[in-house]
Amino acid sequence: MGKDTQRNKTPRTSAPEQDPDERKKNFQEVSLGYTPAMAQLEASRCIQCKKPKCVIGCPVRVAIPEFIKQVAEGDFLAAARTIKESNALPAVTGRVCPQEDQCEKHCVIGIKGEPLAIGKLERFVADYERLHSEAKAVEIAPSTGKKIAIIGAGPAGLAAASDLAKLGHEVVIFEALHKPGGVLFYGIPEFRLPKAILEAELDYLKRLGVEIKVNYVIGKIKTLDELMIEDGFNAIFIGTGAGLPYFLGIPGENLNGVYSANEFLTRINLMHAWEFPVFDTPIHHHKIFAVIGGGNTALDAARTALRLPTTEKVMLIYRRSREELPARLEEVEHAEAEGIEFHYLASPVDIKGSNGWVSEIICQKMELTEPDTSGRRRPQPVENSDFPLKTDAVIIALGSGVNPLIAKSASDLQTDTHGHIELADPDINLTSRLGVFAGGDIVTGAATVISAMGAGKKAAEGIHHYVMNLEP
Amino acid sequence: MNVFRDTPFGVKHNMFKILKKIHLAPQVFQYLLHAPDIAKKALPGQFVIIRLDETGERIPITISDSDPVQGTLTFYVQAVGKTSIEMSLMNTGDFILDIVGPLGNPSQIDRFGTVVLIGGGFGIAAIHPIVRALTQAENKTISILGARTKELVILEKEMRTVSTDVHVVTDDGSYGTRGLVTDTLQMLIEQKEPIDRVIAIGPLIMMKAVADLTRPYNIPTLVSMNPIMIDGTGMCGACRVTVGGEMKFACVDGPEFDGHAVDFEGLLNRLKTYIPEETEAKEKYLKDTGGQCRAAKVSQIYG
Repeated sequence: MGKDTQRNKTPRTSAPEQDPDERKKNFQEVSLGYTPAMAQLEASRCIQCKKPKCVIGCPVRVAIPEFIKQVAEGDFLAAARTIKESNALPAVTGRVCPQEDQCEKHCVIGIKGEPLAIGKLERFVADYERLHSEAKAVEIAPSTGKKIAIIGAGPAGLAAASDLAKLGHEVVIFEALHKPGGVLFYGIPEFRLPKAILEAELDYLKRLGVEIKVNYVIGKIKTLDELMIEDGFNAIFIGTGAGLPYFLGIPGENLNGVYSANEFLTRINLMHAWEFPVFDTPIHHHKIFAVIGGGNTALDAARTALRLPTTEKVMLIYRRSREELPARLEEVEHAEAEGIEFHYLASPVDIKGSNGWVSEIICQKMELTEPDTSGRRRPQPVENSDFPLKTDAVIIALGSGVNPLIAKSASDLQTDTHGHIELADPDINLTSRLGVFAGGDIVTGAATVISAMGAGKKAAEGIHHYVMNLEP
Repeated sequence: MNVFRDTPFGVKHNMFKILKKIHLAPQVFQYLLHAPDIAKKALPGQFVIIRLDETGERIPITISDSDPVQGTLTFYVQAVGKTSIEMSLMNTGDFILDIVGPLGNPSQIDRFGTVVLIGGGFGIAAIHPIVRALTQAENKTISILGARTKELVILEKEMRTVSTDVHVVTDDGSYGTRGLVTDTLQMLIEQKEPIDRVIAIGPLIMMKAVADLTRPYNIPTLVSMNPIMIDGTGMCGACRVTVGGEMKFACVDGPEFDGHAVDFEGLLNRLKTYIPEETEAKEKYLKDTGGQCRAAKVSQIYG
């Protein structure tokens, strides 16, 4: 008992970061991660609960206490093996998961002190393994002779693919873009998730025998029927993610200099527009950006805009206050340190232009109502409170709706009124169509990387049982 | 035969071979590509997005023909920007890194009655497969091919084979009638030709003029939009077009829209977004590749 109390008093080990004044000029990773000594020190704070609550907070149920113990003992490669039993992309999730709302939220030592830095430890273990172990074939179950098609190489699809491949199924992922990774590639910027790390994680899938076919827009080049009947896939998992970006529906959105966050981030992350003209895809040289929204994507867009060479100022406009920002606190703090200008309780009503280009954005002030029965404070406009902000670019980061391509090509796939795919059996992520499973944003609407991975894993289990019970 | 590029992370990258390249007219090139999966599905009115190499941009190109048996696609490229010039310098046997498609909605092919199809310059290549399909669907098809000058009238022979009637107009009168495509359309309307539908593909300014002309006569008029696009699957929203006051995405809602409802002015403005960067990229490319051989080829293109 005495020992535990002492552990509780050890402060959480902070990880070194690039200096804000330096990092706002480059695309290199902000957090530099633990050294082995730091990791062991932090891991030693874990009290190894008999009934670990952290695991309950993890959508993919990583065996957290086990891997932490292995870290504390200095057996980092064993820790990596433990994590990878349930999580194929630990270097990714260690970086982008909102741990403060998941595993770390439930950490018992967090009740009286600071919770264990589970995310940073996961990242450390994954990075250590990448740098210190030989890439070798992974042990997988004997071939089942079953073929599974995965649509979309994003978090949901990759998680499903990894589990299914380990069970001995032949797995092919069809990806619409020319690079796999989905939002991990086109959405999350280099300074939060370096592409080299994503590629190394994808290499793990290759070693599991997963095949990824890029440039395949399922629904266009092939229908679900063709995949099953002509190509002989026994089951399909749809993990196509978020779709069409939302706009504001205010005047001026078609002016030049207005981007959806998807377009802006895709130009930079997927197409390397910041390296124009070495890469062909350009991004216009703006000086001032106004980013609309308060989620992680808005923060990613704002901090990416800040790093472009001609940028002088980046504003983030959010209709509620700092407390209600849906983005991770860590990202908000990073953005503040880098000098993003936050405009709270403001909502755009008009984008003005000159010569076809954005020149200013007119916002109205908002105030928060008293909490309603659900405890939520709604923003409402303040009469006659319009004010202008000078800007030459506007990035709209209000989330996205559903991509209609697959549902449109498969009439027997049931969708809700918004177009999300409906699950006939949510316990196994089965759709209204036999043999077709779905998970991630295409089912739930925009959520997190790890919840999509959790859905992919759940579907993989369902798919496994389904195909193993098919008549031969 | 498919060539797979081996990549470091498990991606089978199917590259696309140029089976044939023909220099058709000044700056206009025809390509026959091996892309069997796309060829199986491509329908008139659809497009592909291509990316030439690892540093390339994604550009949309209309599919002009497809052969599901041979597994080939035909498309036409006008060498005006960096990527299209680079492509014009590629040869038979070369490979294109990425082709994704077929994208967009196919043209509606029905028995409408009499359909006037207008191709402006390079747009002739885009209307060709639509004319053929409409003729096969027992429509009377009247094609109007417009170009600046005689040598830019492409595919005339092919159009005469598939279209009931063909009219040729050139700006300078060097071939066919001197004038604009709208002059010929006006003439047909005045001759009381019972037109059930007009489809116009070409420069925005031409499509706008056609739509303005048919509006008072209430002739259903479709135009094909080719705005700035990145992914082509609805994800980026760069290709947004205002149609009847509503925001539409050309890649998933189009590319064909009601010409009477399209906000042409807005689109004309959006197409100007990257003019400085496009010029920069093109000049840099021409400078960087200005070796004897390529320079010679470039001068050939620009005649």
